Amino acid sequence: MTSIATLPLHRQLGLTDFELDAIRAKLGREPNDLELAMFSVMWSEHCSYKSSKPLLRTLPTQGADVVAGPGENAGVVSIGDGLAVAFKLESHNHPSAVEPYQGAATGVGGILRDIFTMGARPIAVLDGLKFGDPAEPRTRRLVQGVVRGVGGYGNCVGVPTIGGELVFDPSYAGNPLVNVMAVGLLEERHLTRAVAPGPGNLAVLFGSTTGRDGIGGASVLASATFGEDDPSKRASVQVGDPFAEKLLIEASLELITRGLVEGLQDLGAAGITGAVSETADRAGTGIRVDLDAIPRREEGMAPFEVMISESQERMLAIVQPARLAEVVEVCTRWGLPAAVIGRVTDDGLITVVTGGFDAEGQPRPGAQVLATVPAAALTSDAIVYDRPVQPPAHRRQAPAPGAPESASDRLPIRGMDPGAVLLALLGSSNLGSRAWVTTQYDATVGADTVEASERAAAILRIKGTTKGLACATDAVAGVGVFDPYLGAALAVAECSRNVVVTGARPLGVTNCLNYGDPEKPEAFWQLAEAVRGLGDACRALGLPVTGGNVSLYNESPDGRIAPTAQIGIVGLLDDLARRVTPQFRMAGDIVVLLGEAVPGLAGSVYAALAGSAVEERLPSLDLAREAALQRMLLIAAHARILASAQDVSGGGLAVALAECAIWGGVGARLTLRVSAEPAVELFGESPSRVVVTVRPNDLPRLQALAAEYAIPLERLGEVGGDRLQIELVGGGAAGAAEERGASVADAVDCSLASLRHAWQQALPRALGDEAFVAPPIRSTEV
Amino acid sequence: MRVGVVVFPGSNCDRDALHAARLAGAEALSLWHETPDLRGADLVILPGGFAYGDYLRAGVLARFSPIMGAVRDHAARGGLVLGICNGFQVLAEAGLVPGALLRNASLRFEHRWVRLAVARHDTPFTRAVPAGMQLRMPVAHGEGCYYLPDKDLARLEAAGQVLFRYAGPEGNPNGSLHDIAGVMDAAGRVCGLMPHPERASEALLGSDDGLLLLRSLVESGADEATA
Repeated sequence: MTSIATLPLHRQLGLTDFELDAIRAKLGREPNDLELAMFSVMWSEHCSYKSSKPLLRTLPTQGADVVAGPGENAGVVSIGDGLAVAFKLESHNHPSAVEPYQGAATGVGGILRDIFTMGARPIAVLDGLKFGDPAEPRTRRLVQGVVRGVGGYGNCVGVPTIGGELVFDPSYAGNPLVNVMAVGLLEERHLTRAVAPGPGNLAVLFGSTTGRDGIGGASVLASATFGEDDPSKRASVQVGDPFAEKLLIEASLELITRGLVEGLQDLGAAGITGAVSETADRAGTGIRVDLDAIPRREEGMAPFEVMISESQERMLAIVQPARLAEVVEVCTRWGLPAAVIGRVTDDGLITVVTGGFDAEGQPRPGAQVLATVPAAALTSDAIVYDRPVQPPAHRRQAPAPGAPESASDRLPIRGMDPGAVLLALLGSSNLGSRAWVTTQYDATVGADTVEASERAAAILRIKGTTKGLACATDAVAGVGVFDPYLGAALAVAECSRNVVVTGARPLGVTNCLNYGDPEKPEAFWQLAEAVRGLGDACRALGLPVTGGNVSLYNESPDGRIAPTAQIGIVGLLDDLARRVTPQFRMAGDIVVLLGEAVPGLAGSVYAALAGSAVEERLPSLDLAREAALQRMLLIAAHARILASAQDVSGGGLAVALAECAIWGGVGARLTLRVSAEPAVELFGESPSRVVVTVRPNDLPRLQALAAEYAIPLERLGEVGGDRLQIELVGGGAAGAAEERGASVADAVDCSLASLRHAWQQALPRALGDEAFVAPPIRSTEV
Repeated sequence: MRVGVVVFPGSNCDRDALHAARLAGAEALSLWHETPDLRGADLVILPGGFAYGDYLRAGVLARFSPIMGAVRDHAARGGLVLGICNGFQVLAEAGLVPGALLRNASLRFEHRWVRLAVARHDTPFTRAVPAGMQLRMPVAHGEGCYYLPDKDLARLEAAGQVLFRYAGPEGNPNGSLHDIAGVMDAAGRVCGLMPHPERASEALLGSDDGLLLLRSLVESGADEATA
């Protein structure tokens, strides 16, 4: 093996020979070492999207409510009354694998900066977390560290963490996923862009000082595949300071609302190099950087270290010279150092100078120019690849990755009590209560949280209006591993459905695409298919993609992760009084299933727990039906027909019904038509299904609406009692189950107490934390 | 009634406290930590958050900030002070209320809805709370385990300075001695509590029980102004 020190510099920095040639062509000369370092971070996959850009261009981005779309720090959509919402999902996978607490914490810090850079006050965080087997000590260490990190940062800055998802799958063992979504609220007139207009304006760096932490985070960590545990990468993980971030939020928002800045950009990946080149390129200007003026926390930093450091909690403001004194006053009052580190120029170049500037912003006599690079060459005109795609030979290999090879004793499948299956599902690490996580997150700071939610959309109110926001994030990796197109499309459908069941109209989609090494054609095929699925689903549901993030090289020596399209959606409730919640409300309410089960258990939690592919088909998704169902639900919610509504997803209909019962503190007596394979109806995860309840006299209106939208409707029974009883009727229900060979036979009949116990104990038990005291379920003690 | 909410660097519930104080019918304004001027506030609220980052120990740095001298003088004159969560930690560090807040027994940050039993209804903080009513509101903290040495604790109890205790099925979230959630100073004019009444001030948010505490203070202020 070649020692890294003997490689040529560009290779040490992660650039290929081909890329070095492209840099030479753009400059018309050899780059010097500093310039090479700047290119290496800006041309990293993380910053340049060089592999994914051609795919992402195919996504729909137009929408009536869209104020700012992809290419900005965060998407922004209008919600009326002069208000708008900024939201975005982003990954911090590799840093979290190396150092879980700081990796996750800085993930929260980074996405929050994307939000307030736009002029929005952050009002919510959601997290999409994926780990390996929870029984493994290494997984437990990662889960603990990441959850503490997300909480430690969000709790301190005072932004509530109100929802998200936590998924365990063996494919994530060597490469966990930490995707964080943030939501912010702004007055539209304060919308701020990350631009550097006006030659002669000043580039002001404020916030923390610049150190050696996070050198090459974007290129080293985010843009290469993991080897074995490598402590040398730890220096690439940034260290977060949420206290500094809180000050940064207040100072930035004050600068924006007082109109003191022409443009604002946070320093994330690629540090100062990223911020100056992106703001200049967007404005068609250049920036001359005064290297010596950059405040440092360490002695003896080399120019390249200063220029690419990813030290956290820093912002770049573009300021008119006449406003400088006011800007410095605001920063100083918030205890943040501020320094003029450069001037906007009209030459389109990023120039790095040492030796200082004179009062006119010109290099002093004897000053030395260390780098001269066109801003566009670093950003909009960076290298783009047209990567080869190759579908794998076996597209739908079974069983699911990580599923035990042989039948497992974890789930009774054959001739057994389906109630026991339901309890096993509720008691599984993927479907049990998330209270172990959510009790570590401050979900109520801000005094806007109407519903913090573990498995549905979370709801925030907007002070001074009747409006609310429903926020959700979902991925369907279990299907994505067999069919990445379907996995991504299902994630959009499910996430949107989760928002719609509350009565909220989805406004836009953000996404975080977590895939493998794009240089491997099969992995790149997965990404290409996912983007196609994402685009098709968004077009069918009329949803614009307002932004997102791509995380590639998610592989470890153990293999590639299940391709994971994490979707985030924010929806608008015009009138919070009309919001719909998932739990059963009142005895006597009629329980109805909207939509119908279709065969296809592959990728379901049931199939994973059963330990063998029960049957190999995947569920199918009819996007037209999904769109009709969602339109119908919005009308039903607006007309106040629905007493409750719950999406059917992980664990299928039986788990959805159990959740409605657990959360409502009341059971139900139901009858379900089943096929020869009753697991499909009970535990299958086919999409476009929702469990709703209505008052008996509202049933005809619901039936009329369902007929109008051609949505199948099955009356299941009534809310009531302290048991969940589901009698099965039809082909699969008669005769001796064992002889027939059917998977499921008799009725489901479980006490609420047993369902609640299974659900509450699942996660603490999976993680080996028996000391955890589950909070009481609210509805049962009111 | 004029309410001043202190903003330390790192306070993050100051805006919530202003909002709730206004809902309770008070005039509310922010007080900056560097300016030792209470701007005529009848009631000073030290809000939740992580003042000065809570580095070293929660509340330990905030007590040295310029405004704390003014808060101390205000309390010495019999002025009303309410410390919520981090504000309670600051009051305890400053010696304005007895006790110390240690790390939660679970050694984790705990965000939970809790229920508070109210020990006395004859105080400016609780006079509007109906007898027998338990108050539902959230806690969100990593260091909220109330501690006093046994002898001092007995004295505190005997003096009737324990105002709120964790009760009901939600239980004690942090291992506080005697389930103590909030205490008063000996004069009954300074109160600190770990739960967040300002986040439980509207039914839409899950509870408006917390507003009863702020209403009590507004009523007290009105009575004292006319007295």
